[in-house]
Amino acid sequence: MALFVVPLLGLVARTPWNRVGELLTSPVVGDALRLSLTTSLAASAIAAVLGVPLAWLLARAEFPGRSIIRGLVTLPLVLPPVVGGAALLFALGRRGLLGEPIYEASGFLLPFSLWGVVVANTFVAMPFLVITVEGALRNLDPRYEGAAATLGAGRWTVLRRVTLPLIAPSLAAGMVLTWARAFGEFGATITFAGNLQGRTQTLPLAVFVALENNRDAAVAISLMMVVIALSVLVLLRDRWWKAL
Amino acid sequence: MARPRRIAIPVALIAMVTGCSVNPSGHREELLVFAAASLRDAIGQIDEIFEVEYPEFDVLVNLASSSSLREQILEGAPADVFASANTANMDQVMEAGGVVGVPTIFVRNLLQVAVPAGNPAGITGLADFANPNLLIGLCAEEVPCGSFGRQALANAAVSASIDTNEPDVRALLTKIEAGELDGGIVYVTDVLAAGGGVEGIDIPEDLNVVAEYPIVALRGGTNPEAAAAFVAFVISAPGKAVFADFGFQSP
Repeated sequence: MALFVVPLLGLVARTPWNRVGELLTSPVVGDALRLSLTTSLAASAIAAVLGVPLAWLLARAEFPGRSIIRGLVTLPLVLPPVVGGAALLFALGRRGLLGEPIYEASGFLLPFSLWGVVVANTFVAMPFLVITVEGALRNLDPRYEGAAATLGAGRWTVLRRVTLPLIAPSLAAGMVLTWARAFGEFGATITFAGNLQGRTQTLPLAVFVALENNRDAAVAISLMMVVIALSVLVLLRDRWWKAL
Repeated sequence: MARPRRIAIPVALIAMVTGCSVNPSGHREELLVFAAASLRDAIGQIDEIFEVEYPEFDVLVNLASSSSLREQILEGAPADVFASANTANMDQVMEAGGVVGVPTIFVRNLLQVAVPAGNPAGITGLADFANPNLLIGLCAEEVPCGSFGRQALANAAVSASIDTNEPDVRALLTKIEAGELDGGIVYVTDVLAAGGGVEGIDIPEDLNVVAEYPIVALRGGTNPEAAAAFVAFVISAPGKAVFADFGFQSP
């Protein structure tokens, strides 16, 4: 318990309370907050859209190499974020494996753009969603779906009216975890998307840069991030935690 | 008595491992040097020569942007020596009473425009930095090479279209070398260090900015004699010759 509380106390102790208002209303913070919220929410949404079908495949379908796929999907969880960012750069950068042909053909570039931040965030955070939803699908009592089928429901109806509602708490919890991870992402973002105020400088990057010469601002922004994250996680009610 | 034996083996292993790490090479004393990122290769060589001259010392180098190092020192890091890429960071450490004696400027450095090998974007000078179609990187304004770079651009009256502010000069160099950026402003020594991976385009003398690197022994260190010996070696003629090999200028 102390392991989690003491660093927070350290942060609170260093906060320049008389300057917090002024520090948090600067344009740097405003831009970073806007970017952080947009990119983390986008990453969460994309993770859900891509992750639920993937989780379904991993939980329900039997195919050779399934455990390898599962391993690959959870790899970003153990990969150091900077390594993840470097890998994204080698794959999707201007001279990247896929990035180069895409750039030559269309001029589209992910690094140094907002979408680069979204991709970096999705890459590191999506495993949380896939794991949570896969777990929920595995633990689902198959008799509910079986009962719906015997009552005449088609596959799509079963999915829509039985399966998804039953895993909804887990899906919600998974999306919140995904959001939280994306919100705090630093290494992959700075390595892949770069660092530019208003375009790619999210809150964690702003803190990192502020630490260089404006410790007060760094502490104030850090505290703000803690408050935001804590509020969201506390709102994640008990029954959803059980669903994780 | 199975229990004591079950515990004994892991404990013995732990003791062996910690014993090993406490005394890796006999009884060498550790010297912790904090050096600016641009000093990476030169300090590596200095480190080797110093350890040959003074085999009783084991030099550990922490490389990062000078502002990052300054923060760590002010927060109490037990560094013995600090070599900064500008005097502003050193002044802050001095003001906090962290230095022993007075810092000495041991080298100077100049800025240079760096482009990937082959110069694919055809950059010819600072004026090209205003082109929004090019991917241009600088160091973050808070670190020395970032503030110097912006000074040079101001000297040239160029309003640059920047795409990223990298946390230190080597991070910037890596992205340029990888071709992910079309150009950036780094030190002359960084272009040299990158070998053929990066090409340098000179910045005219009247626009360029001279970086002066001070070095000093720190009060918070654990080994003052080693620190003094290291600083003395760096500012000596043979020490300066090493830096000259890497493209640094004498002060």
